[in-house]
Amino acid sequence: MYKIVRKEILNPSVVLMDIEAPYIARKAEPGQFIIFRIDEAGERIPLTIADYDREKGTVTIIFQIVGKSTRALAEMSEGEALLDFVGPLGVASHLEGYKKVAVIGGGLGAAIAYPQAKKLHALGAEVHAITGFRNKDLIILEKEMEFVSDKLVVATDDGSNGNKGFVTNVLKQLIEEGNKYDLVIAIGPLVMMKAVSNLTREYGIKTLVSMNPIMIDGTGMCGGCRLTVGGKTKFACVDGPDFDGHEVDFDEAMRRQGMYKKQEGKSTELHACKLGGVTNA
Amino acid sequence: MPNMALNKVKMPEQNPDIRNKNFKEVALGYDEAMAVEEAQRCLNCKHKPCVAGCPVNVKIPEFIQLVADGKFEEAYYKIRETNSLPAVCGRVCPQETQCEQLCVRAKKGESVGIGRLERFVADWYMANCKTDETRPRSNGIKVAVVGSGPSGLTCAGDLAKLGYEVTIFEAFHVPGGVLMYGIPEFRLPKALVQKEIQTVKNLGVNIQTNMVIGKVLTIDDLKSEGYKAVFIGSGAGLPSFMSIPGENLNGVYSANEFLTRINLMSAYKFPDTDTPVFVGRNVAVVGGGNVAMDAARSAKRLGAENVYIVYRRSEAEMPARLEEVHHAKEEGIILKVLTNPKQILGTEDGWVKGMECVEMELGEPDKSGRRRPVEKKGSEHIIDLETVIMSIGQSPNPLISSTTPGLDIQSWGGIIVEEETGATSKSGVYAGGDAVTGAATVILAMGAGKKAAEAIDRYIKGE
Repeated sequence: MYKIVRKEILNPSVVLMDIEAPYIARKAEPGQFIIFRIDEAGERIPLTIADYDREKGTVTIIFQIVGKSTRALAEMSEGEALLDFVGPLGVASHLEGYKKVAVIGGGLGAAIAYPQAKKLHALGAEVHAITGFRNKDLIILEKEMEFVSDKLVVATDDGSNGNKGFVTNVLKQLIEEGNKYDLVIAIGPLVMMKAVSNLTREYGIKTLVSMNPIMIDGTGMCGGCRLTVGGKTKFACVDGPDFDGHEVDFDEAMRRQGMYKKQEGKSTELHACKLGGVTNA
Repeated sequence: MPNMALNKVKMPEQNPDIRNKNFKEVALGYDEAMAVEEAQRCLNCKHKPCVAGCPVNVKIPEFIQLVADGKFEEAYYKIRETNSLPAVCGRVCPQETQCEQLCVRAKKGESVGIGRLERFVADWYMANCKTDETRPRSNGIKVAVVGSGPSGLTCAGDLAKLGYEVTIFEAFHVPGGVLMYGIPEFRLPKALVQKEIQTVKNLGVNIQTNMVIGKVLTIDDLKSEGYKAVFIGSGAGLPSFMSIPGENLNGVYSANEFLTRINLMSAYKFPDTDTPVFVGRNVAVVGGGNVAMDAARSAKRLGAENVYIVYRRSEAEMPARLEEVHHAKEEGIILKVLTNPKQILGTEDGWVKGMECVEMELGEPDKSGRRRPVEKKGSEHIIDLETVIMSIGQSPNPLISSTTPGLDIQSWGGIIVEEETGATSKSGVYAGGDAVTGAATVILAMGAGKKAAEAIDRYIKGE
């Protein structure tokens, strides 16, 4: 069993948890992910590692409530334990050797972009962080991001934080202002990663995206997480989850993401009838 | 006086039209009287040809004599002397090409039903006896086993019997490997697999789940944590696809994924369980092995009306066990043999709507000795489908080989070992099962685990 040692609600639909998992904490690197399962009937859900503390032996996950399992997880309290927690899976991001990097996190993607920014910052790269949210109430990790970047721009779709715009607009502006990035990291919804990749292609800036498709085992066994990258089939769990954004077939990835929409709706509905809302621990 | 009936005592089975709608076991097993009657068909030959056909050398005539005498518990212990998983083997071993093929009774009539008797004995024991195996005395020496499938469990069990302190590291959340995620409930009930694994645990074997070796710990980490030897039984991993257009459409599965959703994640109970699976009205399974049969029969049970097995050679060349093909046909699976997919066709929004296939005919024998299928010109045709399951094999998982310096592998990914011992190129590291051979059978993997256990014992003792 894997104990929840800290729980924090970052916004109404995003929750942070520190999970006791000393073996994983010892090996985890930015870009890698874990798979959790809540109980015997539970599904295996992949989540990118948001942070880790090798000394305390904890792994931080930040997740959005999107379906039955994430809702059930959000309803758990500090001191309770997850049945299964396995990792670190996937290939760690290659972050060495960059001078100036734009790290972009869209919505929950900010949580996954954070460890990348942190590592790049620690490696001595100049980090420009751009995060985007629908409105100011959804902003997460602002302080943390600020701490590991040389410049942080937080944009909201509706301008409610006083800075209206999409992350792509912000990036474009920064590039136009003369910032020469040797890498852009874009993490967030598929549409956002696609838009960023399309933009950076015009400028010829290498772009890494982090893919989070449907998967079961996370070790290369099922092939459910396959994507087309550069015309070839890749397994996100063992070949990724980071890929060259200019090579990923995002349209196919979006279609595959919707494969169980109907069934998931049914499962979430059933669950919502049985349980109430989310509370802090 | 032996029972000279030419045929085996018939195995009671669920009616095909009923069983193809449920996930309960197809074969129901012998009762005591049937088992004794079948056991009496054994001639108790002095030269025991059957034993030589068994990769783990079960003492076949001895246990069968005990069954004939009604000593079922003793028969169980006789089997367990060399086989840790009799309930599993009695169900999924291809006895017809191993022990039973060499049975003297098979020269005229059917062989003794060795597999059926093994299954009976294991089931009888589990139903009637309290597992009370005293643990062997520990010698304090730690050995690590990677993977809790058939080879790992066998290796671990045998080493534990010799006194070693064995820890199995399993990547999934439950132990059993392919016995849990691959073989369906209706052929191998999961509760029974867990009971059989419990008997291995009773020997003192510790199983740690959720541990992906190669990620959370490497083989070298294990050695530095004090494990004197490591056995790698990590199985076949990566599913193969055909590299034809349309394979990433929604509704295309690898057999691994389809079966894992159903078996390991119990998707057939959705929404009582949380993992869904998509089965259309028309389903094609591409391939002709046991896994293809399992996938097809599972799809049928999940409500598909038409389930096709699409196979490029003829029925005679199918690698699946005869019994499985027979069961599949009984359950209404349609064999489309001498047929090969060209592309999978999709709807505008990216779902499978059909598969273009071409008819094949058999030409000259290829290097496998089977006649090579060649396309019949102009025979392209389309099958309407919503689900396609690719069951054309898999290659070993690279997670361990890519993180273990000094471990030599074949160009296709299999770990290279010395056949008699399972020793790899790395000192103190042994391997067996599908990680070495590519996809093969449960019993061959068990045989490899057994040999490796003996070799590890010799290695540690410095022989």
